[in-house]
Amino acid sequence: MSKHHHNDPLPDTVLRVKALESLLVEKRLVDPATLDELIETYETKVGPRNGAQVVAKGWTDPAYKQRLLDNATAAIAELGFEGRQGEDMVVLENTDDVHNMVVCTLCSCYPWPVLGLPPVWYKSAPYRARSVIDPRAVLQEFDVELPETTTIRVWDSTAEIRYMVLPQRPAGTENLSEEQLADLVTRDSMIGTGLALDPESKA
Amino acid sequence: MNGAHDLGGMHGFGPINPEVDEPVFHEEWERRAFAITLAMGSHCKWNLDMSRYARESMEPAEYLSTSYYEHWIHGLELLLLEKGFLTEDEIQQRMSDIAAQEKT
Repeated sequence: MSKHHHNDPLPDTVLRVKALESLLVEKRLVDPATLDELIETYETKVGPRNGAQVVAKGWTDPAYKQRLLDNATAAIAELGFEGRQGEDMVVLENTDDVHNMVVCTLCSCYPWPVLGLPPVWYKSAPYRARSVIDPRAVLQEFDVELPETTTIRVWDSTAEIRYMVLPQRPAGTENLSEEQLADLVTRDSMIGTGLALDPESKA
Repeated sequence: MNGAHDLGGMHGFGPINPEVDEPVFHEEWERRAFAITLAMGSHCKWNLDMSRYARESMEPAEYLSTSYYEHWIHGLELLLLEKGFLTEDEIQQRMSDIAAQEKT
């Protein structure tokens, strides 16, 4: 059975959203230009490309990486990424021994300034339910196989603290520029349900 | 508050099925729901915890069978009513007006 988690809305939902927007605009509680700007920002400006730049800088600049691990919010702000849903960031470093993975079992907490808005699967019941009891099986669904000796650490986000994973730098990337490295950093690798891309397979 | 949203460790939800090349929003109403929720948040009449509580107050079976932005809209409507920004009658009236308009 292929169950799609993007369910159709209830019959009244679309109408309800239109009614709320129209009333709020009429009462000047929201400004239509602000609404369009918010949508444009999250559709085109804020997304995993931001996080990828943070990771690439962390891979190439050891002092920056240290700042990232010591005070992620400030280090991320150095690159100009800050604000809503990223006020208190923690960066988790993946190593040969430890693989970190992020979930929000209660809702959808996610580091917006570096990753944008969360994908549907991150907010879905299966991911929220299963990542904390069977992370290895969850990772297999994302085609990630880790050695048995690797510890998997699952971090449950809260409304206050938002996590981002610093994936391991792939082998054979010594000569790549920061920008080329950023191309290897996928959204899922920063959630922990993926690994950074192998430059060979990408090319 | 525990409830249907407290999903950590629950069994029986099946595979995750991540969507390849997923768009930020799937439908126009999701864009609008997202934007009005954020814009109303800037009035500071409620905080994130209150929004979460409002979303989680959905009837459990409904919570599990509806999508993410439906939770948002449910929560937003509740807070708008609670804080006196809108009334139930106003919302119902506007919904029927829009429905009637769309039929013509």
